[in-house]
Amino acid sequence: MSELAFFIDYSRCIGCQACVQACQECDTHRGVSMIHLETVERRDTVQTAPQVCMHCEDPICARVCPADAIKKTDDGVVQSSLKPRCIGCSNCVLACPFGVPKYLASIDQMMKCDLCYDRTSTGKKPMCATVCPSQALSFTTLDENQKARAGTPINEWKFGAEVVRTKVYVMVPPAVQTFEVSGLVQLGKKRAGSAGQPRPRDPNDVADLLEET
Amino acid sequence: MAKLPASVTDLVNRFGPRRHDVPPGGWAPRGEPDRVVKTHCCFCGQQCGIQLKVKDERVIGFEPWEDFPFNQGKLCPKGVKRYMQDEHPDRLLSPLARAEGRGFEPIGWDDALGRTVAAMQRIQGEHGRDAYAVLTGASLTNEKAYLMGKFARVALRTAMIDYNGRLCMVSAAAASKKVFGIDRSANPWSDIPEADVILVAGANVAECAPITTDYIWRARERGAKLIVLDPRMTPIARHADLFIPVRSGGDIGVFNGMLHVMIERGYIDRAFIDAHTTGFDAVAAAVAKYTPEYAAKIAGVPARMIVEAAELWGPAKTSFLMHARGIEHHSKGVENCMAAMNLVVATGRIGKKGCGYAMITGQGNGQGGREQGQKCDQLPGARDIENPEHRRHMAEVWGVPEESIPHKGVSAVELVEKIHAGEIKGLLLICFNPLVSLPDQDFVREALEKLEHFTVIDFFLSETARHADVVLPGSLLEEDEGTITNVEGRVILHQKAVDPPAGARADWKIICDLAAGLGAGDKFAYESPRDIFEELRRASRGGVADYYGITWERIIAEKGVFWPCPSLDHPGTPRLYEGARFGHPDGKAHFQPVEWRPAVEEPDADYPVLLTTGRVVAHYLSGSQTRRIGALDEQCPQPYCEIHPRLAEKLGIAEADFVEVASRRGSVVVRAKVVKTIRPDTVFVPYHWPLERAANRCTIRALDPISKIPEYKICAVRVRKVDRPAGEVAELSPEAGGIR
Repeated sequence: MSELAFFIDYSRCIGCQACVQACQECDTHRGVSMIHLETVERRDTVQTAPQVCMHCEDPICARVCPADAIKKTDDGVVQSSLKPRCIGCSNCVLACPFGVPKYLASIDQMMKCDLCYDRTSTGKKPMCATVCPSQALSFTTLDENQKARAGTPINEWKFGAEVVRTKVYVMVPPAVQTFEVSGLVQLGKKRAGSAGQPRPRDPNDVADLLEET
Repeated sequence: MAKLPASVTDLVNRFGPRRHDVPPGGWAPRGEPDRVVKTHCCFCGQQCGIQLKVKDERVIGFEPWEDFPFNQGKLCPKGVKRYMQDEHPDRLLSPLARAEGRGFEPIGWDDALGRTVAAMQRIQGEHGRDAYAVLTGASLTNEKAYLMGKFARVALRTAMIDYNGRLCMVSAAAASKKVFGIDRSANPWSDIPEADVILVAGANVAECAPITTDYIWRARERGAKLIVLDPRMTPIARHADLFIPVRSGGDIGVFNGMLHVMIERGYIDRAFIDAHTTGFDAVAAAVAKYTPEYAAKIAGVPARMIVEAAELWGPAKTSFLMHARGIEHHSKGVENCMAAMNLVVATGRIGKKGCGYAMITGQGNGQGGREQGQKCDQLPGARDIENPEHRRHMAEVWGVPEESIPHKGVSAVELVEKIHAGEIKGLLLICFNPLVSLPDQDFVREALEKLEHFTVIDFFLSETARHADVVLPGSLLEEDEGTITNVEGRVILHQKAVDPPAGARADWKIICDLAAGLGAGDKFAYESPRDIFEELRRASRGGVADYYGITWERIIAEKGVFWPCPSLDHPGTPRLYEGARFGHPDGKAHFQPVEWRPAVEEPDADYPVLLTTGRVVAHYLSGSQTRRIGALDEQCPQPYCEIHPRLAEKLGIAEADFVEVASRRGSVVVRAKVVKTIRPDTVFVPYHWPLERAANRCTIRALDPISKIPEYKICAVRVRKVDRPAGEVAELSPEAGGIR
C-alpha cells in the first residue's frame, strides 16, 4: 500500500467553498482559512479552482525566507511560518510559483496550508479533503486514486527551465505526464476573433450553444 | 391587525437577522470536547452525517463523520457551519407578545400558551373549526410532522393544515405515485455511480445537493455519460457530455422528443413494456408529433441536442434519472416529471443495480415530512385522508371516532388565499417563512395582515413571525431528538447534542401543551419524541410508507433503515421495484401521456424577459437560518440578477449595476451579474432574501392543478437599470433585506 497523498482535480470542483469554510474550523488555525478558491472568470464560466499548498520537494518559499521561518517536516509537509521567526517580509508570498502563502497583517506573519498537520500526522485526512463534496480535493493512496479515477496524477511542473516537484498531485487528462506551466501564460495576448474573422464558438457561452451549427 | 408592530429597522435591531461569526468561546483553542454527538446536518434533504462537538453544554464545532455511509464525511459549507446557530445572539429566549408601536414584549409561557389556546377556541367557536389553520414545514422531524398532523386533526379538528413541502416535493411525489405507485426515490444513492448514463433534469446538484456531485463524478470516472437540462450552465453542467440549455418550462419538449427518437430507433424495451407496464400506446401516440424539430421549438434548443440525448440515453445498459425543482416548480410540474419518468419506464431500466430514478428532496425532511400526515390530503403512512379504510385505521390509532377526523383541506397557497378572503381567521405556523418563500409576496403580506390571531413557533424571529400576535421560542434540531427520512428514503436519527437554551422549549412539548390547553391532553401524553415515534410506527403500519419495522436502535446500528420496512426482521428496502414489481395494485408501471402547454404567464411585449428563481449553495430555503450565520452569509451576502451579456448589452446594463426586475405583481432591485452561463432570454434571481430583495415579490401565484406547487420557475418580467435604491429597507444590512 502506498502512502496517503493529496490530489486536486479541478474538473470536479463545483465552487461550493466547503473547503474554505472547513479550513477555518481546523484546530491549528481556527477562524482563518488557508485554502484559496479561485473563481476563474465568473462572466465566462462557472469554473472554480481550489488551491492548497503544493508542498514542494524543494520549497522555494523556504529557500527565499531570510529568517529561516519555513520548515519542511520529514514526511514532506511544508509548514506555515514559525511565529517567533517570521518577520513578515512576504518574500515567500512573492516567490511561491503557485501563489499559496499569504501575509496576514493582523498577526504580522505568513500563514499557509500545512496539510492540516495536526490531523494528517495522526492518520486523519485534512479537513478540506474530508468534507469536499465533489472530491475535487481528495486524500488517499496513489493506488486507490488510480483505481477510482480516470485521469493521470502529476506532480511535476515546468516553469521554463525550472522543474518543481510537489507532494500534492493534480489530476489531468490521461496521457499528460508533466505540465509546462509557462506555456499557459500568455499575458496580454489578444483573443482570436478580431475584425474580419468570425468569432470562435465559446463552449461556455449558452448563447453560442443555442445557435444551430 | 397584524401589520408590523414597530418599524422594520427597530425589529431588525432587536431580533435580527444579524450575522454571527464566532463559535461559543471564540476561536481560541478550547481543548477536547466533552462529547462528540453523531447526528446529521439540518440543511437539505441529503441529511449528511456529521458529528457535533459539545463542551460545557455548548456546541463548539463539528467533526466529519466518515463512517456514515451516505456522505462519508463529505459536507457542503452549510453543513460545516450549521453548528453556529445554537449560541446565536438572535435566538428567541422568551415567548413574545405583540406590543403595538413597540414591537414585542416578553411574556411568560403560561400566558403565551393561554393566549394562543384562547384565540383558537374563540375563532373556532365563532367561525367554525376550519377558521383556524395550521401551516407547518418539511424541515421538521418525522415525529414533529406526525404530531402537527395529529394536532390539527385531533386537537383542533381543522381540515386546514398544510406544509411548505407544497413548495418543494409535491410535483415529484404526485408523478411518482401516478407512474410507479409509490412516492419515494426508487434507488439508494449507491446506484448512481453504477449508471452508464445519468440524466439530471432541473437540478442544480452542485449548489442544492452538493454531496451528490461525487456520486455523479464517480460514474463519470467509469465512463458514464452525463446529460444536464438547465437554463443555466450549472457547475456540473460544465462537465456534462451533453448540456441542454432548455428554456424554462420547455422540458417536455426534450423528454417527449427523446422518446419519439427512441421509439423510432428501437431504443426501447418492448418485452419489459409488454410485461410490466400499461399505457404505452397512449404515450407513443402522444409523442408521435414530437419530432426533434417540433420538440426543439418547445424546448428552445437546437434539435440535434434532443437527438443526441436520445442517442446517449436510449441504448445504455444502465441509467439514472435525477430531477428536482427545475422541472417541478411549474404549473405543469407533475406532467414534466411524468414525461421524464416515461423515459425510465420505456427502457425498463429500473429496480436493478445502477438503474432507476430519484427526485432530489430539497428540505431537511422533504421525504419524511410528506409521509406523516401534515399534508392537507394525507394521513400518516402516506395514507389518503379520503379513503374510509385509511381513516378507520388512524381513528383506531388515535382513539377517536372516524367521523371526527376532518376531511381534505387545501394546499399552502390556497390556504393563504383563504386567509386573504377572510375565511381563515387564525393561524398557527411552525417551520415556515412564507414572507420569503411563497410567490406573490404582496398578496401573502396582505393575507397575514388580515389574521385575527397569529401564533408562530420558531427559534429566530423570521420575517413572517414579525406579523405574529404570539411567538413561542422553539428548538433547533440539535436541541431535540427525532428521525428524518433522507433523499433516498433512508430513515436516520438526529441525536440531541444540547438542551434548548433557557427560555426556549422543544417544539414537540409546545405542541403537546397547546393540545392539553384545548382539552386533548390525553391524546398527547408523550414523555419523549421516542414515544411519538412508537405511535408513528403503529400509525404507518400497513401503509405505503411503512415504518413499523424501524426502531431507533436499528437506525443507530444499521446507520439508517429504508422504508418500507413492515416488520422488525425486515431488512428495509433500499431499492424499490426489484423484479419489476411496481407500487400499483396491478403491480405494473403506468405510462402517462403528456402534452406540453405554455406556462400561466409567458413573456410578452410588455414583460419580455423570463424570470426563473432558485437557490445558492450558501443559503437554505428562506434564509432565516443561513442569513444569520456569518461565514455563509459572507459567501453570498445579497441576491443578484444573472443576465447574459447579450441581453445586458441590449438593456444597457453592466456588471454590478443596480437593476430592477419587475413583474405584474411586484419588483426587486438587485445587482446585475453579467454571465455567459445563462440563456439570453432568461434572468435568474435567487430567492433567499426578504422584503425589497425577495424574488418572490415577482413570482406568480399560479399552481399545478394536481400538486398545487407554485410556478416559481417561470414568470414574465421587465429588467432595467436603476439608481442605487434608497429608503429604510435599502439601508438595512443585506442579510435583513438591504442592499450594498
